Amino acid sequence: MASTYEPIATYTVTSAQANYTFTSIPSTYTDLVLVMEASFLSGTNLLAQVGNGSVDTGNNYSSTYFRGDGSSNSSSRQTNVPYIYTGADTTSTGREVWILNFQNYADTSIYKSILSRFGSSSYFVGLGTALWRSTSTINTIKLYDYNGNNFQAGSTFTLYGIKAA
Amino acid sequence: MATTFTKIADVTVGSGGAASIDFSSIPSTYTDLVLNLSIRTSKSSVAENMFLQFNGSASSFTARWIFGDGSGLGTSTTGRIAGFGDGNTATANTFGNTSIYIPNYAGSNNKSYLVDTVQESNASTSYAGLMAGLWSNTAAINQITITAETSSNILQYSTATLYGVNNA
Repeated sequence: MASTYEPIATYTVTSAQANYTFTSIPSTYTDLVLVMEASFLSGTNLLAQVGNGSVDTGNNYSSTYFRGDGSSNSSSRQTNVPYIYTGADTTSTGREVWILNFQNYADTSIYKSILSRFGSSSYFVGLGTALWRSTSTINTIKLYDYNGNNFQAGSTFTLYGIKAA
Repeated sequence: MATTFTKIADVTVGSGGAASIDFSSIPSTYTDLVLNLSIRTSKSSVAENMFLQFNGSASSFTARWIFGDGSGLGTSTTGRIAGFGDGNTATANTFGNTSIYIPNYAGSNNKSYLVDTVQESNASTSYAGLMAGLWSNTAAINQITITAETSSNILQYSTATLYGVNNA
């Protein structure tokens, strides 16, 4: 029986912490899906970095997102920066949901594309896309706030693998 | 090897339609829920908003959403939204498609959810949207009910499938 959406790792924050990193991600899947539900006491924007072995901190990322807050919409783009700008704002103290899709994360012939969907009922909801300009397999993913603000206790992070066949 | 994304239940609306689609006695043994909808209603319009209830309650919902209609973008804070259905003046045999992701549905926090939705019709206006919602209630979700905003009938061949997702 084919199986898909296999859980790879999960983590629940027990006391406030500034970031979380998935490491040693197996290369045996086709795509990855990262589901987060988290809250902050204060924050700015949710960022991500990826890499092979360690995350890439060079200016090798670009991102585009659009989002709305219930009264206005906005869009933004960043190029040649050292992180994936997901577009998700962490300012809200309410609970937020993020879903990140890493397509063909282990394909060493291509640069890596990342899709993000995010939302809080009290702040922004939006979509984003990003590119990591590397053909390396992604086996490390780091999530953090732009200004180093903390994920609060009870925040959850789960990584799933999806196989194409 | 762990497997996840397990189908809990599915509904296909029969002839005569239905006033609502309901999933009850949802087990609390999964981590997250995913509800996929394919909806057409009797409303005399190309599209209709669908509404959500958890555990029979229509209270304590808040939301933010963005949508495009082919000519512009909109944003709203109407709560309890569960995506778009095709109304009955949309192109024949078309249905709005929605996926609702509900993380930690059985946990002790308030319940967040994310909605991806499209409403398609061979017309100059059709809608695509993304919604973030919150049910400010710490109870585990054991019932999900979908209705049309104007209480119109959910038409035959509309479907809904509920999946459970395990994080381990």
